[in-house]
Amino acid sequence: MSYKTTAALQRQAQILLKEFAPKATSLKVKERQKIPAQEMPVQDPELRSHNMEEVALGYSFEQAQVEAFRCLQCAKKNCMEGCPVKIDIPRFIDHIAKGEYEQAIAVVKETTLLPAVCGRVCPQEKQCQLHCTLGKSLKDIDSSVAIGRLERFVADWERINNKIVIPAVKPATGKKVAVVGSGPAGLVVAADCRREGHHVTIFEAFHKLGGVLRYGIPEFRLPNDIIDKEIETLSAMGVEIKTNFVVGRTRKLTDLIDKDGYDAVFIGTGAGLPIFMGIEGENLIGVFAANEYLTRINLMKAFHADASTPVYPSKNVAVLGGGNVAMDAARMAKRLGAEKVFVVYRRSENEMPARKEEVEHAKEEGIEFLLLRNARKILGDENGRVTGMECLQYELGEPDASGRRSPVEIKNSEFILDVDTVIVAVGNGSNPLISQTTPQLDVNKRGNIVVDETQQTSMKKIFAGGDIVLGAATVILAMGEGRRSAASINELLAAANT
Amino acid sequence: MNTILYKQQLSQDVFLMRLHAPLIAEERQAGQFIILQTDDDYGERIPLTIADADTIEGSITIIFQVVGKTTKHLATFNVGDKLPALLGPLGKPTHIENFGRAVCVCGGIGVAPMHPIAQALKNAGNHVTVIIGARTEELIILQKEMSAIADELIICTDDGTAGIKALVTAPLKELCEQELKPDIVIAIGPPVMMKFCAETTRPYKVFTQVSLNTIMVDGTGMCGGCRVNVGKEVKFVCVDGPEFDGHLVDFDNMIARLNAYKEIERTHYKCFVEKAFNKNVKEVQL
Repeated sequence: MSYKTTAALQRQAQILLKEFAPKATSLKVKERQKIPAQEMPVQDPELRSHNMEEVALGYSFEQAQVEAFRCLQCAKKNCMEGCPVKIDIPRFIDHIAKGEYEQAIAVVKETTLLPAVCGRVCPQEKQCQLHCTLGKSLKDIDSSVAIGRLERFVADWERINNKIVIPAVKPATGKKVAVVGSGPAGLVVAADCRREGHHVTIFEAFHKLGGVLRYGIPEFRLPNDIIDKEIETLSAMGVEIKTNFVVGRTRKLTDLIDKDGYDAVFIGTGAGLPIFMGIEGENLIGVFAANEYLTRINLMKAFHADASTPVYPSKNVAVLGGGNVAMDAARMAKRLGAEKVFVVYRRSENEMPARKEEVEHAKEEGIEFLLLRNARKILGDENGRVTGMECLQYELGEPDASGRRSPVEIKNSEFILDVDTVIVAVGNGSNPLISQTTPQLDVNKRGNIVVDETQQTSMKKIFAGGDIVLGAATVILAMGEGRRSAASINELLAAANT
Repeated sequence: MNTILYKQQLSQDVFLMRLHAPLIAEERQAGQFIILQTDDDYGERIPLTIADADTIEGSITIIFQVVGKTTKHLATFNVGDKLPALLGPLGKPTHIENFGRAVCVCGGIGVAPMHPIAQALKNAGNHVTVIIGARTEELIILQKEMSAIADELIICTDDGTAGIKALVTAPLKELCEQELKPDIVIAIGPPVMMKFCAETTRPYKVFTQVSLNTIMVDGTGMCGGCRVNVGKEVKFVCVDGPEFDGHLVDFDNMIARLNAYKEIERTHYKCFVEKAFNKNVKEVQL
């Protein structure tokens, strides 16, 4: 696809709007099917691969309206089935079609707290858009209504126009809820419990809030001011925030209840424990977990001239893994000036867990994909610095437990990749801090906290959700777990009242 | 919170600070550390071991040596100033029991983190020998505090200006050769010192625990930057340590990893000093 500027896309939409707007209410299915899917305006690939600005620029009013016209307004809302928080998708899109943005965002916010975040980072093609009737009728998932982009559009409209409505908070109940971790799960719990009138305190180990939204997802995908705005809303609702506070160490989990008078605790500490490959040379200088690499840059601003935190100077970088984190790390390395960046993945592109959009963006930015390849050994010099990586070629065999065709190594296919930096992005385990310091809390063999269907842990009054329960998953699933946990906490506290 | 209650310059580059941190003071145990920032926007997170705590005052004591930009900046903070970020206590506490004869070997400002450990060992009923090593007399810190705890205190200096003119490994070897050899050796100091302490005790099969001070970002297990080879395993200093069996630690790899950012650190330090003190820095030796 050749690059189209924002202005060009807007002009195309203006023309389409002239044609379809007059008959918008009476459009037939066939006519809607013919409206071209609206492409997301993005920064020029060459430009953006050298800056930290957001890549996707968001729809213009015209594009949003044209895209909204494409929605078939099905009676049976299949798309909602795919949404973990069950947004009433056709209804909010209908409001966009009519130019009623305030109503549109109100519908979205009935069920989701962070639409500006979800509109950007949700894997819609595996959720709502997978079930879209339009996409199915055109036999092309890429032709589904761009629900995520429309969600982002109304969320951005609300924020940019200062229309954010601070959710109403019920009269104080005198009950206290502790939220451990300020990632997507924790933020949802904080809002939902505060709305019921409980006093809510968020405890965050870092000096900045947002969890993985802040340290993990780069600004070029999710700008910090969006996270800041969401947190401002929580503060305005009266949520108390304590940064630089690591529950388990600064205060024992049980002390929050026994000594500090919290009536319920939610643990949303995430999947923060990087997994390494266990190959030779992994402790050489120049080998990083993606977590470390991205945290140095996203949270600690290592790319900035004033920052004290250093970032490793790289010329040629290999990123191991095929998920979104791998894409983020690869694209970040490029932005920091690496000449060559390789994504090394042991299966083929079809099996890649990363979002298609991220893979495409990475390719446009000049990231090279070495598929069906894997690292066998990292090579170093006498100073312990990386000088290269020995790789092996693979072919696809039978499907494995994950349902994906498993990679089988090809004998004698070794080759050396000339790199000075290796970033390992093959997944995260669960953070051990809470379980280490709370031995009575049940965890499974992977260290994930065990919960029942109400998200309650093996300990009374203590709930958990998000990646610390699921293992490394997605922002929206974490939010779904947060919502369920908050409902259980609110129920528990209401029962305690009567 | 985080206010500096007391500041003392112990030697040219070494400072002691008492910080108001009541929660950390209450929870901290020997062997644990904190992470602090001198700027919570652009500052880096540096780990420092807790040297002491006072639950009545609600304070913790840190002792640090100026080795780079952040410690240089920290040294400019005065009584009444607040640290923008302070997190802790982190790491697993030292395992304390009555081992019998304990030898605490500390080099340079390693005396600071050793102080609470020696205290706890003494309280648990151990016979405690403390060996303090320093380049020269002027750089010896906490001698008075340690002599109040130790059953035996041995001072070593490189230049013989105080105690014996020897490296800490010399008296350590002597102790290992005695009939009543140590039941445990704890070594805290520069990595090279810890490495040679471990090598000294290895032939005598005396368990030797070391406290590692690797590069960290978050200090909570999230980044993996602090990883070290311990035996056949990869361990994270922040959540699995900071203390490990010195006979199993791959010190050479750890020392190499500590140098990962040396060049950048030198530049950062130089820029900071030039800006903050309006001084021209010709050469930086870090």
